[in-house]
Amino acid sequence: MIPGSFGERPARPVAEAAFTLDCVADFPDVRLHVVTGKGGTGKTTVAASLALALAGGGRRVLLAEVEGRQGIAQLFDCPPLGYDERKVAVAPGGGDVFALSIDPEDALLDYLHMFYKLSRTGVAARALRRMGAIEFATTVAPGLRDVLLTGKVKEAVVRRDRKRLPAYDAVVLDAPPTGRIARFLNITSEVGGLAKVGPIKTQSDNVMAVLRSSTTAVHLCTLLEEMPVQETIDGVRDLESLGLPVGGVVVNAVRTPLLPPADLRAAETGVLDVGALVAGLEKAGLDAPDTLVATLIGEAADHATRVALEERGRDALGELHLPSYELPLLPDAVDLSSLYELAGLLRAQGMA
Amino acid sequence: MNPPPAAPGAFDIDATLDSAAILVCTGAGGVGKTTTAASLALRAAERGRRTVVLTIDPAKRLAQSMGLSELDNTPRRVAGTDTSAGGSLDAMMLDMKRTFDEIVLTHAEPGKAEAIFANPFYQALSSSFAGTQEYMAMEKLGQLKATGDYDLVVVDTPPTRSALDFLDAPERMTTFLDGRMIRILLAPAKAGGKAYLRVVSAGFTVFTGVLTKIIGAGVLQDVSQFVGALETMFGGFRERAQATYDLLKAPGTAFVVVAVPERDALREASYFVERLAEESMPLAGLVVNRVHRSAGEFLTAERSHVAAEALEEAGGHELAAAVLRVHADRVALSARERRLQERFTGAHPGVPVVEVAALPGDVHDLAGLRAVGADLATAAPPG
Repeated sequence: MIPGSFGERPARPVAEAAFTLDCVADFPDVRLHVVTGKGGTGKTTVAASLALALAGGGRRVLLAEVEGRQGIAQLFDCPPLGYDERKVAVAPGGGDVFALSIDPEDALLDYLHMFYKLSRTGVAARALRRMGAIEFATTVAPGLRDVLLTGKVKEAVVRRDRKRLPAYDAVVLDAPPTGRIARFLNITSEVGGLAKVGPIKTQSDNVMAVLRSSTTAVHLCTLLEEMPVQETIDGVRDLESLGLPVGGVVVNAVRTPLLPPADLRAAETGVLDVGALVAGLEKAGLDAPDTLVATLIGEAADHATRVALEERGRDALGELHLPSYELPLLPDAVDLSSLYELAGLLRAQGMA
Repeated sequence: MNPPPAAPGAFDIDATLDSAAILVCTGAGGVGKTTTAASLALRAAERGRRTVVLTIDPAKRLAQSMGLSELDNTPRRVAGTDTSAGGSLDAMMLDMKRTFDEIVLTHAEPGKAEAIFANPFYQALSSSFAGTQEYMAMEKLGQLKATGDYDLVVVDTPPTRSALDFLDAPERMTTFLDGRMIRILLAPAKAGGKAYLRVVSAGFTVFTGVLTKIIGAGVLQDVSQFVGALETMFGGFRERAQATYDLLKAPGTAFVVVAVPERDALREASYFVERLAEESMPLAGLVVNRVHRSAGEFLTAERSHVAAEALEEAGGHELAAAVLRVHADRVALSARERRLQERFTGAHPGVPVVEVAALPGDVHDLAGLRAVGADLATAAPPG
């Protein structure tokens, strides 16, 4: 493991090189990567970058979303995804990223097809859709919805191709947010009250066995801010108490400290060396009216406060003793090219 | 589409706080809705209005600062509010299950409430149906309004996948309870039921068969029992949902859409603004939280970087060089946020906008809420 480095984020050439270097990754045996995180922490971006990183060097990776948000399609700038797996990107070195959006209705019909040979497009299936039967079924038995969604993910994980080889080298799940993740993954107890025997019980036990195994890792995505950090810590505790395998913590949108440590402290406490600053500005040929100097000092103080806050968040996360990875705050909105950059950084840090 | 209600430009928060009877704060998850709702409520109270704020899932420390240590579904006076202008502030956290229980108690026939509470299907519906929380928030909003104790009710909306869920939830809930599946299960022996069953029998037989097999016959029995017990309440549910929906369109209601200057949050805000217009629901304006601005934008990011580079090459002025880099980042961030915001204002030119400056940490006391309130009321319009 290479822990998230502080203040010296790898430059772009390193990130690109990482795709071609044969890195030893932190999760060599993991085939299902579940990515969760508090809303607004960039969970989908991290899941997509991780999928690209895992696909590097000629592997096949499936990226799945389960909340119908079409977040993957937006990131990869492709038409809305459906239940059919579709190629959305090619990784450096020739790997492929496929993606799908798992809808509970399709998952139920898929399930009925597998267990009851019910045609997915037949009269019965159409009637079920028309009656709102799926909404009904997943409401009277809320755990059923999660079993169907995770069941589809598990099916992709264990699927074999004609040569009896795994259909995908890895599956990345853009999962529900941290606040709901433990409940979402703990399907056995969710359906336990409803089904003691029968196919759905068998199905949930099988899914649970995969989720609890060492081939699964649940990664938590966070920002170095108070609430996301607290939710991450709570989420890790919840997952561990349920025996679900926690993977790493991905810290997103990290700011690089721009001032040396001593100046950061001075800026935060309002004792920055104004004389040295003004002298420097003049040396650079800039007019240094008092208003600009005051503005710059204020901005330096904001920056220092932010860095200190991030430092506290990082310390709190450090006590989890989990592998951690850091991604920088990007200057612009995430697009396909920045996904490649983030994927390279995850690879360089050993996550994939 | 209806024309936007307000003139373009700045969002006059104080005018809204002084005149509205209901203020609904909505937006994507993680944009600071709860803090905005609490800040607006505190400001309204301190401007002399008897105010209550209904929060859904506040951060622990924010809740504590408002005296909300327990989730008891009852408004509590917030100590520390300045009441010199004659106003007051109450706060409460929504207890979804309890609110649902109260509706059942109000509407169920005597003796049936206990049976409903004990029903596993009711327990699932009242605690985990997607939409129950939104429905109950609206229900509570109606109740608080009906007490007559408050001039202004400020409501924070649940952390939904999409801000639109808040408007769709009551409809979804009543549609579900009123739905075909329920009616089929309720009255399989009735003639109409039979005729209907024949039409859908292929799907239905498979469905009940599958449901029975996979989740057990007991569940279907529970559902029938629940639906039977609840039958007399259906009318009540529909009426209440309709009444609350009407309340959202009534004069005196104003929506405050909350966002941060990021693509997804602003896109969500756009959807919501469009939806409000379609529903003829009154939009007060957009609050953009966590905005970074620089008072020194005349010193551009490019010039800052060039100057920093020159100083770094010359040596001896590390501090000035570093501070210039900080400034360049700040100006670049400001420009990026402004571009994203302009996309919104370009599409919705009539929507008043107010910006709230990014704070280094989270707000968790009344002083912090007061400062945010003041920022909301005085922040300059964008552009």
